[in-house]
Amino acid sequence: MDNTFELSVTVNGTSYQEVVDPRTLLSDFLRDGLGLTGTHVGCEHGVCGACTVLLNGAPVRSCLIFAPQVHNQEIITVEGLGTVDDLHPLQEAFREAHALQCGFCTPGFLTTLLPWLEENPHPTEDEIREAISGNLCRCTGYQHIIDAVKLAAEKMN
Amino acid sequence: MKPAPFKYFAPQSVQEVLELLTEHGYDAKILAGGQSLVPMMNFRLVQPAVMVDINNIPELSYIDSYDQGIRLGAMVRHSQAEKDPLIKEHLPLIHETMPQIATVQIRNRGTVGGSLAHADPSAELVVVTTALEAQFKIQNQKGERLVPASEFFIGLLMTSMEPEDLLVEIQIPALPANSGWSLKEVARRPHDFALMGVVAILTLDKKQCCTEARLVYLSAGDGPISAPQAANLLVGEKITADLITAAAEKAATDEIDPGSDIHATAEFRRHLANVLTRRALEEAHQRARGGE
Repeated sequence: MDNTFELSVTVNGTSYQEVVDPRTLLSDFLRDGLGLTGTHVGCEHGVCGACTVLLNGAPVRSCLIFAPQVHNQEIITVEGLGTVDDLHPLQEAFREAHALQCGFCTPGFLTTLLPWLEENPHPTEDEIREAISGNLCRCTGYQHIIDAVKLAAEKMN
Repeated sequence: MKPAPFKYFAPQSVQEVLELLTEHGYDAKILAGGQSLVPMMNFRLVQPAVMVDINNIPELSYIDSYDQGIRLGAMVRHSQAEKDPLIKEHLPLIHETMPQIATVQIRNRGTVGGSLAHADPSAELVVVTTALEAQFKIQNQKGERLVPASEFFIGLLMTSMEPEDLLVEIQIPALPANSGWSLKEVARRPHDFALMGVVAILTLDKKQCCTEARLVYLSAGDGPISAPQAANLLVGEKITADLITAAAEKAATDEIDPGSDIHATAEFRRHLANVLTRRALEEAHQRARGGE
């Protein structure tokens, strides 16, 4: 197929050069192209927030961006936060406060909250609810997520 | 689902965009923030043969002032407008509207020009720019023109732009002194599409008489719906609770044209319009009197 795009992108600090079909969604490129399956695809139309990644530091829906659109730009996925042996304080807080059950929505919450907590180190409960309003969770009822964000704010300060 | 195949162009200048639009006509679709377009492509409701990505044109991302107010390049992202000090100072209605648009992830990507060109009658910016009597600067290879909001939005997801046209700038006049404004809406969840919403703008003279009133509704018809008859009930008068009630009733009963869908009946939307208009006019009046 001649309709291809030569994509250069930095993901979690690693540079990649890949040839993609332009219609490839960023979410699919990360998962299928790079094998970074931490980014989850829920609704695929911008409602659920599960596919949230950081594009040049800002949370965006990776299902609403075509892979060529991140050419020469920088992506952070949930894999860029921490490892199993060395969790990010935000991830530790999610574990300690029981902020996940099935865990499907968790990567989107984490990537949304990471830059937000840096800008809002002492959030109120209302502010936390507003911050996570673009992410759906069908297990927790959100309360434990809010607890985790408070805990994370303490840990990150 | 996944989008249908398309040919992808990432031009670096407005001139290149205009050439591509002229060459490909109806086959081409402009990709701005993509926050409305890409979902429609994922559902295959839209299958453009050619995508013209305008995200690589830095000259479309400015916010600056002009003699009447503030000008925004079409590729200003919602989050950029939300944080901009010029907008906060001169267009407080826009400043207050921005955080209500969709979610943070969408606002980081979605653009002011994209939202306006998409012309969704439930989009806040469509209604707010109509209420503020914004002008839209449109370019094609033959030249450029300024189109007032009232002639830009012509129907459901329809604008007066032709396939070879590119929206490049939005000019939003600041309100005169002694003006008050308010945006009120009801959505099933915060940041979701509003079931009903209204922008009210009132200007008072030194004797507290209303010299100008504007009411524009979202999710109330096929485009931004103005209620000039209701607004005219207020002009020339000292604003009272009775007048506000009468204007709200007039707009909700006679001037808006909401539909019924899975989320709300037309009757419920009219009820919301009545209540929201009252609240919006009260707030706008209070602000116009300097009571904020």
